[in-house]
Amino acid sequence: MSTTTKATAQGPQADRAPSAVTRLQRAVGDSLAVTGRNLRHFVRQPQLLIFSTVQPIMFVLLFAFVFGGAIEGSLPRGVTYVDFLLPGIFIQAAAFRSTQTAVGLAEDLDRGVIDRFRSMPIARSAVLVGRTAADLLRNVFVTLLMAAVGYLIGFRFQAGPLDAVGAVLVVLAFGFVLSWIFTFVGLTVRGAEAAQSAGFVAIFPLVFASSVFVPVGTMPAPLEWFAHMSPVTASVDAARALSIGGEVWDPLLQALAWFAALLLIVVPLSVWRYRRMS
Amino acid sequence: MSVAARTEGLVRRFGETVALDGVDLEVAEGTVLGLLGPNGAGKTTLVRVLATLLRPDAGRAEVFGLDVVSQAPDVRELIGLTGQFAAVDELLTGRENLRLFGRLFHLPRRTAATRADELLDRFGLAEAGDRPVKTYSGGMRRRLDLASSLITRPRILFLDEPTTGLDPRSRMAIWGIVRELVREGMTLLLTTQYLEEADQLADRIAVIDHGRVIAEGTGDELKDSVGSSMVQLRLERAVDRERARAALLAIGCEEPEHADQSEELVMAARDGAGTVAATARALDEAGIAVSDLSLRRPTLDDVFLELTGAHVDVDGARPEHEAPMGEAA
Repeated sequence: MSTTTKATAQGPQADRAPSAVTRLQRAVGDSLAVTGRNLRHFVRQPQLLIFSTVQPIMFVLLFAFVFGGAIEGSLPRGVTYVDFLLPGIFIQAAAFRSTQTAVGLAEDLDRGVIDRFRSMPIARSAVLVGRTAADLLRNVFVTLLMAAVGYLIGFRFQAGPLDAVGAVLVVLAFGFVLSWIFTFVGLTVRGAEAAQSAGFVAIFPLVFASSVFVPVGTMPAPLEWFAHMSPVTASVDAARALSIGGEVWDPLLQALAWFAALLLIVVPLSVWRYRRMS
Repeated sequence: MSVAARTEGLVRRFGETVALDGVDLEVAEGTVLGLLGPNGAGKTTLVRVLATLLRPDAGRAEVFGLDVVSQAPDVRELIGLTGQFAAVDELLTGRENLRLFGRLFHLPRRTAATRADELLDRFGLAEAGDRPVKTYSGGMRRRLDLASSLITRPRILFLDEPTTGLDPRSRMAIWGIVRELVREGMTLLLTTQYLEEADQLADRIAVIDHGRVIAEGTGDELKDSVGSSMVQLRLERAVDRERARAALLAIGCEEPEHADQSEELVMAARDGAGTVAATARALDEAGIAVSDLSLRRPTLDDVFLELTGAHVDVDGARPEHEAPMGEAA
């Protein structure tokens, strides 16, 4: 084992100051290793697998068929509820799943795995990046799965393939930003249960007071105002316009502004929180 | 001999609780320091500080001359950590765990895989290597934990209560591994609440209580510090107790200590084995039947009793010497 004997024989002085490139390579390698580990977790926990497959499919089918008839009347002419719903429910599912970021981190903290990571010479960012990256990859899988189920019941991307890709990217970016918010939550509240309920209380009203399931014009004025301001509505409207047509740039720019602002706040906060854990 | 780890006036508080209250310690390279103390004495906190997981509130801690706070990344290159809190991943297999940790120590992928196989073999986990860790027994898990901390052949290994909660067989297996590591020259800081474990494995023992080191030395030094050896004898019939006592006082023995059982007598053996021989003769001449007669050196439990006024406490219960490894986590 040449690598290890070198480290042992010459001590830390041998690589006291690895170059910036080496450091970056290591940070990427560490993050990939942690990401891989987290992806294995998804597959090995039946309840998580169900959470990310059966549940989203169930939501698509229930909302499409239970609410579809009632809501279709208040949609613009020619827009079916399935087409209206799918982009919204992509966002809804990503929002609910993002709470799992907090749960996963809280569990790792409880079980001491993170303590072992922290006692090892790995990049400080790897644990957090590995977590959010794995959750992002899961979102890719779930969103495509939901789109496939949507296709079976009549949903179609109507604005062209590039726009369709854009719609999915908006959903993924939205989920990624929320993952970072819940990274901070997971590092702050103690225990997986607490993380779970904190997430639910925050996410539920945000998702329902938005254009996820219904056009916001049907809501009472104060709620409509709130829904209009919400980053959830901006994301849904952007994804929806990219899926079935409509005004793209206005909601898209609003959503991107939200994403950038939130990331700028919550990533440094999470990193600070993680470093301060000692 | 150079110093592998050193702490000076280490203090760490958690709110009102003072977990470490000015700890000075030194571990010489190539030796085993046993940190002995009851639950809540501060052992784990001390290990966490040395392993760069906790910052001290005051004082200094160094590993091979590197400061654990300002040079934490360098320290992490040199240490291995196994304990109650540094867990392995339940959902991964044993092999996957070792490979993951190997990757995180920046071994090339192939080297990490080879190293994982080597360690699984060495720790008797080759067969279980492809099963998820959650199916492992406590002993297997602890062995995997130990293997995980040896991936890079660290220069110092911190073992935090490596056998707490293990059955006697698994404990012996861990002891065997530890002895092997020591033979290979590994430096070890081992915390334990079991006297026997410290006695068996450590070159030097530091007794810690309420965040302070209250005694330090080799096992023998500590035992000698509580005084001389004792003669311990057991009478066949409890009714002989008074006669036996009189016979022994007559040959110059000291007054026997209070004993829990009336057929038992314990007294200082000023001449060691000579006192035992004299005792045997005196009782024989008096026609008193004895079922057991032995010379007992002070145990670490006696040391502990002397130092803290209490027996080593494992969750409130006094551990039995015969079976100190009960489920006490």
